[in-house]
Amino acid sequence: MAPLLELTGVSKSFGAVAALRDVHLDLHRAEIHGLVGENGAGKSTLVKILAGVHAPDQGTLALDGSELVLNGPASARAAGIAVIYQEPTLFPDLSVAENIFIGRQPLGVLRRIDTGAMRARTRDLFARLGVQLDPDRPARGLSIADQQLVEIAKALSFDARIVVMDEPTSALSGAEVERLFSVARTLRDAGAAVLFISHRFDEIFALCQRITVLRDGRWISTDQTDAVTIEQLVRRMVGRDISSMYPKTDATVGKARLEVRGLTRHGSFSDVSFTIHSGEIVALAGLVGAGRTEVIRAVFGVDRFDAGEVLVDGRRLPPGDTTAAISAGLALVPEDRREQGLVMEVSVARNLTLPRRWSLSRLGLLLGGAENRSARTWADRLRVKAGRLTNPVSTLSGGNQQKVVLAKWLSTRPGVLMVDEPTRGIDVATKAEVHGLLSQLAADGVAVLMVSSELPEVLGMADRVLVMHEGRLMADIPRARADEESVMLAATGQGNAS
Amino acid sequence: MAAQTALRTEPATPARSTAGARIVRRAFVVRELGIVLALALLVVVTAAVNPRFLSAQSIKDLLLGSTILAILAVGQTIVVVSRNVDLSVGSVLGLAAFATGSLFVASPNLPIPVVLLAGVLLGAACGAVNGALVAAARVPALVVTLGTLYVFRGIDYSWAGGRQINAANMPAGFLRMGSTAILGAVPYLALFAVVVLVVAGLYLSWYSSGRDLYAIGSNPSAAHLAGIPVGRRVFAAFVVSGALAGLAGVLHAARFGTLDANAGLGNELDVIAAVVVGGVAIFGGSGSVYGAAVGAVLLTTIGSALPVLGVDPFWQRAAVGALILAAIGLDRALSARLARRLRTRRGGRRA
Repeated sequence: MAPLLELTGVSKSFGAVAALRDVHLDLHRAEIHGLVGENGAGKSTLVKILAGVHAPDQGTLALDGSELVLNGPASARAAGIAVIYQEPTLFPDLSVAENIFIGRQPLGVLRRIDTGAMRARTRDLFARLGVQLDPDRPARGLSIADQQLVEIAKALSFDARIVVMDEPTSALSGAEVERLFSVARTLRDAGAAVLFISHRFDEIFALCQRITVLRDGRWISTDQTDAVTIEQLVRRMVGRDISSMYPKTDATVGKARLEVRGLTRHGSFSDVSFTIHSGEIVALAGLVGAGRTEVIRAVFGVDRFDAGEVLVDGRRLPPGDTTAAISAGLALVPEDRREQGLVMEVSVARNLTLPRRWSLSRLGLLLGGAENRSARTWADRLRVKAGRLTNPVSTLSGGNQQKVVLAKWLSTRPGVLMVDEPTRGIDVATKAEVHGLLSQLAADGVAVLMVSSELPEVLGMADRVLVMHEGRLMADIPRARADEESVMLAATGQGNAS
Repeated sequence: MAAQTALRTEPATPARSTAGARIVRRAFVVRELGIVLALALLVVVTAAVNPRFLSAQSIKDLLLGSTILAILAVGQTIVVVSRNVDLSVGSVLGLAAFATGSLFVASPNLPIPVVLLAGVLLGAACGAVNGALVAAARVPALVVTLGTLYVFRGIDYSWAGGRQINAANMPAGFLRMGSTAILGAVPYLALFAVVVLVVAGLYLSWYSSGRDLYAIGSNPSAAHLAGIPVGRRVFAAFVVSGALAGLAGVLHAARFGTLDANAGLGNELDVIAAVVVGGVAIFGGSGSVYGAAVGAVLLTTIGSALPVLGVDPFWQRAAVGALILAAIGLDRALSARLARRLRTRRGGRRA
């Protein structure tokens, strides 16, 4: 029997960057197919091709053996393909029922929307999923798990034959993951093909019949689940052994640089306490939405907090004051460099010197000389590949942009460096450079606090791993005892604080 | 797919579901009810000071004054819920008004429906220019319609060339339409506004393409992913807004009789004020044409009530401004409260 959906030789480039090269994938009826790969391996591009958002440059899609051309999300839906994105895409102002049926509402007389039927069918879908959600409430304020259930109900509502789930479990608790699994199995038993994308091997192995690996936009392998091991998969994903990737050198741990005591911000996190010493790299791990970014933003003074205190080198920081935080020696490299880390339209040089514009100015004027010299020094030190330092920073690649953000803050000579997802979306080589740099900084006596969702990075780089779950610090695991299991258990709220 | 498969089924809790519906309904009601109450309060206080404020003539003037603003506000709402804005409506009104006068000068015996249709089509054409630039060229609506505000007005100026068209140039029947009332206090023109309001209101809530506009305003990228033809819907919204501005232009000509190139100058800000005061979220996704229409009536009422109350007419603009700020403040407070309730409700379910 022909596969339900078959991708043959699919390639897709964005500008000069090849996101997918000659990728093959076949999905069978009544199968859950796992898709794994590092960030940047091309998984999300593949998802967007299946969703009809991107058209492949080369290659074909075939549904039931006949060629399928998708010219937009509507035609993907018409072909019976439903995509559940990592971050659900709902309309916050519309009701849950409308979210499910938008564009396909049941119609009554004069083609007007039959709200009664829409509500009844929504209740019916929720009953099938075994969930309690009010069809009339707006989508605004739903938890991520509930939003995903709405997306799944949407897929059920048009009897999708192919359901793509893009890292659906990354923000879910244990019970919610179990519920999602049973939904996926129900879909499979009804004859649908499910493409399940996840970073968690235990989930992939528990759920999937076959597993496909992508690396750097290429298809690497497809195997029956019982024919591969986690180690084999990891090796294929990274293309090398993990241990060589993380150049963590042992550093002597010195005095306490950053102390956080009982930090609380209602609705985001509560009673978070930790200490970071000079020479130490501490990872802050946890699931998306656990409150990690919120904590470091509050420490840096971007957001206010309701209780607790932050001390740098024993001195208390005034809350909500980033200027004081910078002069005390704190630096924050934010998660979203395009939105928060850089001024995209401004030159590389200006971006590099932005936090030091006062110290570089003479009589209050920023004259080009000092600024450009300093920018050149730091660009060289971090090996930023830029045509000219006067070009807008938006012309650089993602990895080089990240280096600019890092250089910008390193140039303030911070005593405490907080980095949020420092290697998200940058290529493997630059990743290694960033890791080397963090390691070097720690060796020079800087205290580094690294928020990361990539478990290999956390385990490879950190001297200690702090794990957050739903706004609380669950565990403080030293390097020797930190492994995938202990971190994941704490991150899903099952481990005990140790 | 079997319903009874291994999914964990929790006992049904219908009480909560109705509680949710109640919260939502209340938030909706409060949004429109708040402004209706403000209007009622204003009328009652003004009438207490001067009972003649409620005379048939005074009510007729009030409704007549609200009509054109309300029609523009309905068109603007359709654009604003899709997270766009149409600043060119005042210029389109001016252009359509002058075109009406010119049509009558050229052929005084044209039937009124033909003139109405001509105004609507001219407005729709202007709206199509806006819509094409916003939807196809993907230029922000604020910039596009700011540009066409000047372009349409410029065309109007060069066409009029300083000329003025007087009531004497227009047929008596047309002018009568602009000034007579039926049932004593309801002006004939207001019926146009009522029809426009009801048709637009039903369209936005009953029809799939109307709901699409709310979806687009609520989350544009999700609307694209959901397969909604975003460009086509936004284009249509601008065409409708333009067409209604064209209709308003013809009604303006009928009401005032004297026309030059300045008709409707600066109207766009009053229209947006009416829409915002009427509870339409300026970043799209929520609000109703009914609210916007009441907003138009409220703004007009303030204009005629403040002199009666002995308030210096110079303060009128400040009062309108204060009202806008109050409306936005109320909106923020309401949505914050709604968000809090929705959160705690979910927490309750999870516990």
